[in-house]
Amino acid sequence: MEILVLVKRVPATDSQIKIAADGKSYDAQGVEFVLNPYDEFAVEEALKTKEARGGTVTVMTLGTSAAQKDLRTCLAMGADKAILLTCEDHPDSAAVASVLAEKSKELAPDLIFCGKQAVDDDAGQVGPRVATLLGFACATDVNSLEIGDDTFAATRDIEGGRETIEGKLPAVITCQKGLNEPRYPNLKGIMAAKKKPLDEAAATPPDNKVEVVALEPPAERPAPSILGEGAAAVTTLIDKLQNEAKVL
Amino acid sequence: MGMARYKGVDLYDVDGLLSEEERMVRDSVRDWVEDRFLPIVTEHHRAGTFPAHLVPELGELGLLGATLEGYGAAGLNNVAYGLVLQELERGDSGLRSFVSVQGALCMYPIARYGTEEQKERFLPSMVKGEVIGCFGLTEPDYGSNPGGMTTRAVEDGDAWVLNGTKRWITNGSTSHVAVVWAKLDDEVRGFLVEAGTPGYTTMDIENKFSLRVSVTSELIFEDCRIPKENILPKAEGLKGPLSCLTQARYGIAWGGVGAAQAIYDEVLEYAKTRVQFSRPIAGYQLVQNKLVWMLTEITKAQLVCVQLGRQKDAGTMHHAQVSLAKRNNIWMALKSARMGRDILGASGITDEYHCGRHMCNLESVSTYEGTHDIHTLILGDHITGIPAYE
Repeated sequence: MEILVLVKRVPATDSQIKIAADGKSYDAQGVEFVLNPYDEFAVEEALKTKEARGGTVTVMTLGTSAAQKDLRTCLAMGADKAILLTCEDHPDSAAVASVLAEKSKELAPDLIFCGKQAVDDDAGQVGPRVATLLGFACATDVNSLEIGDDTFAATRDIEGGRETIEGKLPAVITCQKGLNEPRYPNLKGIMAAKKKPLDEAAATPPDNKVEVVALEPPAERPAPSILGEGAAAVTTLIDKLQNEAKVL
Repeated sequence: MGMARYKGVDLYDVDGLLSEEERMVRDSVRDWVEDRFLPIVTEHHRAGTFPAHLVPELGELGLLGATLEGYGAAGLNNVAYGLVLQELERGDSGLRSFVSVQGALCMYPIARYGTEEQKERFLPSMVKGEVIGCFGLTEPDYGSNPGGMTTRAVEDGDAWVLNGTKRWITNGSTSHVAVVWAKLDDEVRGFLVEAGTPGYTTMDIENKFSLRVSVTSELIFEDCRIPKENILPKAEGLKGPLSCLTQARYGIAWGGVGAAQAIYDEVLEYAKTRVQFSRPIAGYQLVQNKLVWMLTEITKAQLVCVQLGRQKDAGTMHHAQVSLAKRNNIWMALKSARMGRDILGASGITDEYHCGRHMCNLESVSTYEGTHDIHTLILGDHITGIPAYE
């Protein structure tokens, strides 16, 4: 089974993000980057699928050459090879999907895994777009998966319940928390990773269809106030909950 | 997941001295310790139990006998191996002790002094953590002077017969195989004694202040008959066990850096948020002086370790250098722990903070594997040519 994993390098979720002077991008200075957390589930699921059914796991990203580090981590976890498509611009979701889908065709995968979204822009578009461009089945936000010879059964949480869908391979599966517990790269895997192929090629994404025009930090929370102490504060507290917060 | 994690201490860009693989090894063990070990360490410390359920994970990660070539081992270089122990001891000295004993004190002598049959029999399952080992050198009356040991082996037909007692043995009662050093015709030799052998019993040392997350035992041999093939053929004399101690002490030097980093990280955060007299205590000169002392000593210890590791990999490391590193790094870690406890004030005496646990552990680490004072004398001997301990 030919398995492909699409990953992205993103700022760590607890990074202090500063908006750059242009007001529409963030300042990468001093920001720590990590493998997108949802992509860790994708890598793990790909490895588990390979262990159960055999095959090859290729991990691919579009990004700067700094993403080598994250691809090496995927190789250390057990992926067989990695492809880094380099690009210095900021392609939009459509452009990213276009580049990744084009390269995917060469690999003719049976299964493509990716995170349900990247935690930097939270767009969640690349997986479904790649599926569309390739004409693959697609299951999003999957938290339980079974793979047959040429079929899949994916379970996903929906409002108020769980939904199970079945489909034919090839397919794109976007991975949600709960799907698995990503493994730690073990020491043998890390030592083996440096001998595994990591191919790098320049990519030329198509023009963006959308542009980010403004990036703002979330509104600052109002300063907390202390209403008083003990029983004396209860009346004021109830009044605030009823008339200001309107939760009672 | 996805979070920027604990980053250790790195004022001198020690990371820049490490290869990508070495950093990756360090980070993987760091994440494991953070996710799997630190959440449970306090309950094990309180109960005085070793988290044995984690041993298969240590094996799966490749941390057991990590520098060995073959037998399913990871084949790490010595700097990467040191970083592994640094991160484990950031968790707890008892956790690091388990891995040190398994790798440096049990697998190493089998790999270096054993027969091919012994290696094939023990090493692959020890790599996986299915077989646990211990190392019996110290005796109740012979600690710093192991050459005085009274444990004896005699030949009797198709067996060696062992008599004697070993004490302060990490992993003792939980191990499947013990590397036991005993005198055979006045020469120190190594023997592999398997759990369950008649005449071999163990007794745990209870009520410890220190290394509570680790098993410490006494090993008792009473007319214990072991098969002839269980002798380590290539180790003759005290230099056999001493060479194992050099391996373990090397790792302990790295471990001291990990413990000190854990303390510094915790205490710095506390000092920045603990307000007294209207500002954080980190803003007072006396507290800054302590924090800067720790940072300085940690930085020096890190650089000692990296250089020592590079020399070990190049085959040029001298045991006196290991003595300096073990002596210095555990001293500074213990002193950091005491200073850290001081900065934490009353909170420092509870297990709400890790500092106190490290402080108690480091009292043991300062004593075992060559006491601080014995390492002073080893270095004194090295520079003067006059051994003060004879």
